[in-house]
Amino acid sequence: MTDSVTHSGKPAPKQFSFLSNKFVLNVVGFMGFLFLWYASVQWLPIAAFRRLPDPVEVIIEWTSPDPYYGVSIFTANYYTHIFYSTYRVLASFFLAIILGVPLGIFMGWKVSVHNYAYALLGLLRPIPPLAWVPIAILLFPGVELAVIFVTFLVAFFATTMNTYVGVKAIPEDYFRAAACFGATEADILRDVVIPGAMPSIFTGLQIAMGAAWFSLAAGEMIAAQYGLGFVIWEAYNLIQYTTIVIGMATLGLAGFLSSAIVRWIGNRLMAWHEQKLGMEA
Amino acid sequence: MAGNSTVTTGQTVSPRPKSGKVSVRNVTKIYDPEGANVVALEGFSMDMDAGDFVAIVGPSGCGKSTLMNILAGFDTLSSGEIYLDGEVLAAPGTKPTPGADRVVVFQQGALFPWMTVLENVTYGLLRQRKMGKAQAKAKGMEFLERSGNLGRIANSYPAQLSSGMQRRVEIIRALINDPKILLLDEPFRAMDTVNKNRMHQHLLKIFQDNRKTIIFITHDLEEALFLADRVIVMTTRPGTLKLDIAVDLPRPRDQSIMASAAYIALKQQAVSAVREEAKRAFERGEREMA
Repeated sequence: MTDSVTHSGKPAPKQFSFLSNKFVLNVVGFMGFLFLWYASVQWLPIAAFRRLPDPVEVIIEWTSPDPYYGVSIFTANYYTHIFYSTYRVLASFFLAIILGVPLGIFMGWKVSVHNYAYALLGLLRPIPPLAWVPIAILLFPGVELAVIFVTFLVAFFATTMNTYVGVKAIPEDYFRAAACFGATEADILRDVVIPGAMPSIFTGLQIAMGAAWFSLAAGEMIAAQYGLGFVIWEAYNLIQYTTIVIGMATLGLAGFLSSAIVRWIGNRLMAWHEQKLGMEA
Repeated sequence: MAGNSTVTTGQTVSPRPKSGKVSVRNVTKIYDPEGANVVALEGFSMDMDAGDFVAIVGPSGCGKSTLMNILAGFDTLSSGEIYLDGEVLAAPGTKPTPGADRVVVFQQGALFPWMTVLENVTYGLLRQRKMGKAQAKAKGMEFLERSGNLGRIANSYPAQLSSGMQRRVEIIRALINDPKILLLDEPFRAMDTVNKNRMHQHLLKIFQDNRKTIIFITHDLEEALFLADRVIVMTTRPGTLKLDIAVDLPRPRDQSIMASAAYIALKQQAVSAVREEAKRAFERGEREMA
């Protein structure tokens, strides 16, 4: 459903409602961060901080038609890097959905699948993405597949585990009710297991999307010639510190936007669930 | 359809259905026979005619739910047999199979939250492939309308309804399949008195208009006496039959019968039996805790 609270055109009963406005607080927090950043670079008597670019420098470089270090919103290579990173994240993300959702569903639904897979996943899951990089490079021909594999792994674990938890949390009575009405196993999968786990699956996909971006950067720093992670690492090596921050900020924005898209699709698909939340709120 | 609901007074109960005769013979259920060896039911027997409304009362852990799970086909039994219209429904070694001839209305409510009211109501008709989509929809709307003009909530999701309304929809979802037995597992447990009374009237009207074998599980004795033709009091674990009370109060019933001498006499008879079992269960509970 739509957001029922509108901030405009509403009579303001409270005098300080401006300061409790969510958007205003978001902006205040953001501005505060920028100020602290500026202040620590400009005024702190610490040499390490003096080396960093301040937010004003970054914004000027980022929006310059003729950037000093060669990367800004007006240069083609900026978009080439974004394209490569996005493509890798999407490939990993969809691979994680295709493999993780079915595995999670059957682990939650069928005890035998759970017994095969759960302990193994429990052991593999804590291994950080960076630790997979050497194996990935040895395993796969070419950098591209290696980076996608490393990115995929984290997204896959998040998707699988949340799907599994979602199926596990479906009340037993729903399965029993469906059985009372003559549902076959295939019916139960379609009518109970998948819709019942859907909210948790989408939580998993949001986490997976975020996780994909941060393991992507790790993979790209070590093993790629394009991508935002590569931009950051290359800029570090070439002492182009402003470009480092541009790469970081772009990663943050991309992760934020893609998670928002996943959330939006989830809400569209689960009208029943959002209405439920709306009632409880 | 509208107006049907106002003409019940003075009506007698509709005739008994032809099918729905239940015979529970000497049923025992032991959980985990090699380990903890919990005897949930021991030598429990009862016979019901088609169209009987039987309430089963007992303290928590008396095996009421176990009995219901076996009847519904969710669980096996260890020994004994259950017959439905002369055919074996459950016996040792038979695979428990739920079916639309014995529909359960669950304690916590089990409407599918991701389906609308109408999708929930027509679910059984479609899954059993009894009819096409359009026909099922029409029948679903007819049942909703007949049950107090509920057609207006056909496209709502369960979470948008009050708990009383959810229960009514769940009962409609069961009845539309024309089951031989309606199994009600403490369906009104979580409700306040006003809503509970309203639901009782509603259930009695359904029973009056479309008589079925009903097994109503509850721990509320007054509810049981008010609704049922027979109240079976179970002992605490291992659950077995303690008292079988015939409730020959006239139908249709309303709240006023609770003040009648006949009702009070029945209640006194039952109260002491229930209290005795509740006390035993409570004391054992304390010992198990210690």
